[in-house]
Amino acid sequence: MERIPILQMGPFLLVSIQVDMHDQLAMTLQDDLTEQIVKARAKGVVIDISSLEVVDSFIGRILGNMAAMARVLDAETVVVGMQPAVAITLVELGLSLPGIRTALNIEKGMALLRHKLDAGGHRC
Amino acid sequence: MMTVSRRETRALRSSDDVVRVRQAVRQWAMAQGFSLVDQTKMVTAASELARNTVDYGGGGNVLLEALNEGSRRGLKLTFSDQGPGIADIELALRDGYTSGSGLGLGLGGARRLTNEFAIDSTPGGGTRVTITRWQCGDRR
Ligand SMILES: Nc1ncnc2c1ncn2[C@@H]1O[C@H](COP(=O)(O)OP(=O)(O)O)[C@@H](O)[C@H]1O
Ligand SMILES: [Mg+2]
Repeated sequence: MERIPILQMGPFLLVSIQVDMHDQLAMTLQDDLTEQIVKARAKGVVIDISSLEVVDSFIGRILGNMAAMARVLDAETVVVGMQPAVAITLVELGLSLPGIRTALNIEKGMALLRHKLDAGGHRC
Repeated sequence: MMTVSRRETRALRSSDDVVRVRQAVRQWAMAQGFSLVDQTKMVTAASELARNTVDYGGGGNVLLEALNEGSRRGLKLTFSDQGPGIADIELALRDGYTSGSGLGLGLGGARRLTNEFAIDSTPGGGTRVTITRWQCGDRR
């Protein structure tokens, strides 16, 4: 079965979404990520969407669900690399991705997570 | 005078079809000279409506039409299904309203992302949603 790979980088997980996800793939990713967070005792998740040319409300909901599940498992989520055209479109679509942090790229996303971890892992 | 320079119908039966329609709309919007942002807005609106056709309409199709009017160029998409229809269109258009498990942003979002938007739906008689976007966000 087709899957989106989840990489472990120290205490964090990295998910790079590089394909135009159909629904089943998105649902599988959601399940895989939850499982991996538990297995790796991950403290944070970086989701790279720099390859996504479209983010509709379905993908938005999947991102929101992943972040919510990660939070329950005490892991922070940062979405990185959103294309400017996608960001502009999301505003008009009305999707605000509440509770999801964003950063410019993977490096900055990781730095943000590391900073939080060093600060004692408390969310502020 | 407005003319249709190209016309094509695509089936919408599955989630894979939604992906294919997104790709087709991207190509057509590019061919019509849309900017990257305009392309993205039209593809996103199309994705929302294509998903509704599959999820709520029980499948259907989309008619793509490339429009030319003088020097300006546009893209018109008509999503049709023979599903249960929408009883309360005003409610369905409201942000946050969903009868399923969505975010309830599809119809309202598609309306905001396009220049022209129309719904024709009767309970038991299927649904037809038409959107048009003109290049450069020209709102006439
Ligand atoms: N093609 C359709 N056939 C029947 N009902 C529809 C159709 N499209 C939309 N609807 C109704 O309108 C509601 C709102 O749609 P939408 O704004 O896309 O939100 P969502 O897809 O998240 O539910 C849907 O939950 C559904 O009840
Ligand atoms: Mg919808």
